Amino acid sequence: MSLWRETVLVAGKDLRIEARSRVTLYQVLPFGLIVVLLFAFALDPSRGVLSRVAPGLFWVAVLLAALLAVSRSFQVETENAARDGLRLSGLDPAAVFLGKAAAIAVQLAVLEVALGAGVALLYDVELRSLGLLVAAAVAATAGVAATGTLYGVLAAGLRVRETLVPLLLLPVVAPVMLGATRAWEAGLGSASGDGWPWVALLALFATLYTSIGMLAFGSLLEEA
Amino acid sequence: MPLAVRLRSAVCLLGRFPALAGVDLDVEAGEVVLLSGANGSGKTTLLRLLAGLHRLHSGTGVVLGYDLSIDRRGARRAIGLLGHDTGCYDDLTVRENLRFAARAAGHDAAASDGALERVGLTAQADVVHGRLSAGQRRRLALAVVLARDPRLLLLDEPHAGLDAAGRAVLDAVIASAPAEDRTVILASHELDRTRALAGREVVLAGGVARFGVADRELFEVSDAKTDKEAVSP
Repeated sequence: MSLWRETVLVAGKDLRIEARSRVTLYQVLPFGLIVVLLFAFALDPSRGVLSRVAPGLFWVAVLLAALLAVSRSFQVETENAARDGLRLSGLDPAAVFLGKAAAIAVQLAVLEVALGAGVALLYDVELRSLGLLVAAAVAATAGVAATGTLYGVLAAGLRVRETLVPLLLLPVVAPVMLGATRAWEAGLGSASGDGWPWVALLALFATLYTSIGMLAFGSLLEEA
Repeated sequence: MPLAVRLRSAVCLLGRFPALAGVDLDVEAGEVVLLSGANGSGKTTLLRLLAGLHRLHSGTGVVLGYDLSIDRRGARRAIGLLGHDTGCYDDLTVRENLRFAARAAGHDAAASDGALERVGLTAQADVVHGRLSAGQRRRLALAVVLARDPRLLLLDEPHAGLDAAGRAVLDAVIASAPAEDRTVILASHELDRTRALAGREVVLAGGVARFGVADRELFEVSDAKTDKEAVSP
């Protein structure tokens, strides 16, 4: 079976599990919306602060919710020793990495649409460049999903994985946070400047971590 | 007959503990071999080593032509391990779990449907794994192994949790393995039942193979050399 077919097989499996368990819908999504809402309460909307800091708050909410999605993705492999089944499956580890990252990315994309609607509603933002926003979101999502999958498998076999994943992941995705925020500031008109160089940075980050993940995931899965 | 498994002085560490402390084992293709021994003697570790799930610390090991110290992933596609857990996903149905395993091993849906029928789970095909009884989960785990059409079957306490009908299905799978060109290594405490299925028994004690018994003359013939090696520290 080709890498592409194996990737689709793994991604389909993970998405089917999520569609049936509805953890993303009932837990991850509400968590992200609550974070967005709490920011709105904490920063008085009447002073116009929210519209200026909306991009940063949006991406903080996405990253926090991504931690849950990554943990969930590897929790299902821990139950019933499914990880052993995955190791014995004969699937190319690179395909397992890409499949799991793709499933996380799809969940994050759904989350970002919902959170984006929440931010637009609560933070009174103005849309300047939809193309820039979408491009930045796609590149940032790919980067977060690739990094999350890589560090998720690293902590997968540990009892402390719920606390270890944020400690490992958040510092590493700081460039994504920075780049996505700057690109969205330009796309929402809350700051002057060109957002496309930041999109290029995000794409570079995503490519780098996807390449590292494809190479290292097999060894990490064996040792987890 | 070619060898499906060949271990020489195989040592496997769990942490720093030598769960296998120098196992010698030859298993010919098409053989059914019973591993027996007390709890903690290393049966499960040996099966997981053969499946490539544990690292070979020292010694040599070849499984289906793949050297475990060089490529422990190589033989996996041709190995089916029935362990203590099912390796299945709680939120997928019986059919979905089976199809995932079969397709991952390069087989089509017909392989998974055949396995489903063989273990008698057709009526539960659309039930999610999380809602199955313990015995049904065990049957599903067996079906997953069969759907992969492995050349080497590694069965760890395979009768545990199965009802009489399930045990009969399992016995039939083991009995028909040589005719299906499969090698079987099973670890069990149900010796009366499994000795009748196996052509040879290997006793593990303290992480070493104490002796192998051939031609069903169980516990009557022992290899003095390996016995002596086994009891030596």
